[in-house]
Amino acid sequence: MNVKRKPGTGPNNSLGRKFQVWIAQHARAMLVSTGQLSKNPIGNIFSIAVIGITLALPAGLHLIINNATQILENWEGNVQVAIYLKPHVDEAQARQLSQNLQADSVIENITLITKEQALNEYKTLSGFAEALEALEENPLPNVLIIRPNINSLSSVAGSELIHRLSNMEEVESAQLDHQWVNRLIAILDILKRGVIILTTLFSIAVLLIVGNTMRLSIFNKRTEIEIDKLFGATNSFIQRPFLYTGLIYGAGGSLVAWCLLLLLTFIIQDPVNQLSILYGSDFAINGLNAKEVFALFGIGSGLGLLGSWIAVGRHLSATEPT
Amino acid sequence: MIQFTDVYKRYASGKDALKKLNLFVEQGAMVFITGRSGAGKTTLLRLIALIERQTRGQIIVNSQNLERVKGNRISLFRRNLGFMFQDHRLLNDRTVFDNVALPMVVAGYSYQEIRKRVHASLDKVGLLSLEKSYPLALSGGEQQRVGIARAVVHRPALLLADEPTGNLDPALSWESMKLFEQFNQVGVTVLIASHDLEMIRRLRKPIITLKAGQLLTKNLPVEP
Repeated sequence: MNVKRKPGTGPNNSLGRKFQVWIAQHARAMLVSTGQLSKNPIGNIFSIAVIGITLALPAGLHLIINNATQILENWEGNVQVAIYLKPHVDEAQARQLSQNLQADSVIENITLITKEQALNEYKTLSGFAEALEALEENPLPNVLIIRPNINSLSSVAGSELIHRLSNMEEVESAQLDHQWVNRLIAILDILKRGVIILTTLFSIAVLLIVGNTMRLSIFNKRTEIEIDKLFGATNSFIQRPFLYTGLIYGAGGSLVAWCLLLLLTFIIQDPVNQLSILYGSDFAINGLNAKEVFALFGIGSGLGLLGSWIAVGRHLSATEPT
Repeated sequence: MIQFTDVYKRYASGKDALKKLNLFVEQGAMVFITGRSGAGKTTLLRLIALIERQTRGQIIVNSQNLERVKGNRISLFRRNLGFMFQDHRLLNDRTVFDNVALPMVVAGYSYQEIRKRVHASLDKVGLLSLEKSYPLALSGGEQQRVGIARAVVHRPALLLADEPTGNLDPALSWESMKLFEQFNQVGVTVLIASHDLEMIRRLRKPIITLKAGQLLTKNLPVEP
């Protein structure tokens, strides 16, 4: 028996051997981790399901907002331009202008709303009919509603068109008539912030769930950890199986979340399609794309890993000699 | 092998476990530590194993100043030690083989190497046939021998035993002591805390007696 061996010389001396040992240690950690998981399948499935639901909430909201944004963006491409003509421009001039503009390739079609039409409409809709009778003169201008040709209209061409129209001498002002779309987009932007906040909160929840589960599992294995450490196990050796368990929790949770989202998309697909048909749109709900699925798994696994890393790290630092 | 210079250990409770302890154990020795409970035997072993650190003074084990052994070097340092406990501390959900293999698994030996050494170690304590049993199926004496096999499987330079024979009958105790003696004869430094004075005297090895954290006597073996 060679007792004069230098301290700390294990079986690992060459670099290649060290790498071999490293691989073997990881394989062992993975085996230990999966072994532990299979010993308590129900409990672990519950933990993974909880993590999955927690991840599915912000991811689902993200999905809904993404789809809503897409609908609105489609609408935005389908906007109208309202051209308010100057008060002195009469109906005949307006008709002439309308015919001239029809030749423009950017313009799909033009509708003229004469000041009389507008006033009548306003009377019926506003309920101020009597008050309006009192007016000597119709204060409303003639208006041309232009529907741009979507195929030839980029956003640059759109603002160019507005600019060109505004500069015509008969035109008082030209407005893109999509304020409500803009407002909805602004609301969605607020909701997107909400998703970020929710994601942060739910991420913390996942960390806490994983951390607490790990804490219990460390507590159950404290004797083993103590003896491992006494016989020279490094902290990484102790940590590795727990990290694998955390990773499996996180990845499993992500898988559950993804399945839940697929289920959600499947369930609302038919009603959404029917609604689209009613609106004459070909919109179909979009699930998560490959990048988003990748991100979901990345975030889930990362959180699982981090949660267990924190929990085991805390325990191990408590076992340092004092 | 082990050198204590003016070592003090005071616990957070204010109790002084060791007071100005000076001690020297040479390499290859087999030494007993005795004293009443609370005299500081366990503390002494815990300081050597770096489970705790001294409050003051210097401890050198295997040419290493323990104050400078930190972080992962603690793990590497401990791979040169073997431990034995009164309550065996075996893992009951693992087979005898896996329990004995533990010090080699944590050090990252290959499976072939582990199998070879575990078998050699179990053979030495006469339990090779029980390698697939679980600790709870074994008798107290057998469990203790599994503990011994585990303590020496990785060929430590220093073997620390805290009341290893506390729960055993005299015949089994004597057998265990003979096993320790055999390890000592092949070069392992052995340090055993025990209060079984009668048996210790029969082994004719140096005895360190502690009283209230201080060195009372250091008896050299009586020549036959």
